[in-house]
Amino acid sequence: MKLDFEHIPAGHCENGVISSLLKYHGLNLSEAMIFGIGSGYFFAYMPFVKVNGIPLASFRPVPGMIFARAAKRLGIKMKKQSFRQQPKKAMDELDKILEKRLPVGVQAGVFHLSYFPPAYRFHFNAHNMTVYGKEGDTYFISDPVMEYPTTLTYEELKKVRFAKGPLSPNGKMYYPISIPNEIDIKSAIYKGMKQTADWMLTIPVPLFGVKGIRYLSKRIRKWPDKLGSKKAAAYLAQMVRMLEEIGTGGAGFRFIYAAFLQEVSEIMQDQRYFELSKEMTKIGDKWRTFSSLAAKTCKGRSSDPDGYNTVANLMLEIADDEEKFFIELKKLLK
Amino acid sequence: MEIDKVPQDEGITEGITREVQYAVDENGKYVKIFSKGWEPKNIVNELAWDDIHDNMNDANEKILAGKASPIMYFMAKNQMNVALLAEYVELPKWRVKRHLKPRGFKKLKQDQLSSYAKVLGISVEELLNYKPTN
Repeated sequence: MKLDFEHIPAGHCENGVISSLLKYHGLNLSEAMIFGIGSGYFFAYMPFVKVNGIPLASFRPVPGMIFARAAKRLGIKMKKQSFRQQPKKAMDELDKILEKRLPVGVQAGVFHLSYFPPAYRFHFNAHNMTVYGKEGDTYFISDPVMEYPTTLTYEELKKVRFAKGPLSPNGKMYYPISIPNEIDIKSAIYKGMKQTADWMLTIPVPLFGVKGIRYLSKRIRKWPDKLGSKKAAAYLAQMVRMLEEIGTGGAGFRFIYAAFLQEVSEIMQDQRYFELSKEMTKIGDKWRTFSSLAAKTCKGRSSDPDGYNTVANLMLEIADDEEKFFIELKKLLK
Repeated sequence: MEIDKVPQDEGITEGITREVQYAVDENGKYVKIFSKGWEPKNIVNELAWDDIHDNMNDANEKILAGKASPIMYFMAKNQMNVALLAEYVELPKWRVKRHLKPRGFKKLKQDQLSSYAKVLGISVEELLNYKPTN
């Protein structure tokens, strides 16, 4: 049994899965729209959370949050299930829902994902994909970060659904159970934009939003001296990976947000959002420049502070730009 | 970024897939474009793999010096630390630490060996007969 499910490649897995699940049920909202409504745009520097021993710099809120907020603001009810230490039950339950002709979103670990290019495979457990059918031992998979739909065997799917380590999926699966006939899209958009602006500008902790970007900029200057050339390069490289590797749509989600603002401008019939989208594109372009310069600095594993100071200066500039941007956006929301 | 500037630098995607990139077309409208990859991404990904290979080499040196068991090499190869490996083999960390030493490794029973081998993606023979070549 294979459902008539459209595979839509996306920039980001979480929003991509939700967007295509909703489309199956007749609600057409792009990935960018889900991202914007779910307030996916963010910056957080969390030195107390380490990934591969490196402090986490993130350009989005914690996994699952974008999706939860978007569902709430759109009035969509999702059924979510987890199965701690019960892999067989998790697979049986998935089969049961598929038999009802419903595609199912599942959380997965990336390390054992057989169809991924080997260079992508790290122990990252908050990946998402849609299962849209089963024939014999084979499951049909729509993974938004892949160009084409793909498949996994029963054992392979069970393994990735029960990956271990931080953010372990525990067999988590989800699917929409009720979608309202009338959706107040404008109100959902306002709430999404308002929260993004607030989180970027007003969280009274220096690690989050534009303050977080400025704080990290200060830290980066000290890395080569404090950590030595090898570790400093690893830290900086991790930042570039958070900005660009599998599933940001480029520039740490900044381009997806610019795409969202263009859609907003059409829905609201308000050209001012289109103008703001252009500003956001410029901010995204600067983050791309950041990645490009940072990669050059990492490549030679040089401990020359110049490379680190250059990217730190650029971050200060970006922090100013993002601050100005969200102050402007907030003015439109009044 | 404009669509004609979307980079197409083959690298980590290895021809297996292409990634979605958001970019503006000639009318200034956002569209989704496929990208084969981007050099800065290839560089930082390679750097992460260099670190994994360094860990594998460190493990090999310890094994040759008689200070570590083969599990340490395969643990590094699977990008695991003690905590993660312990979770996968469902043992407390202190026991896994013992098995990382040659003495503890020798005492492993058949079912424990197969549990490690399965988690590390190798056969029991490969695990038992592993010899570093450097």
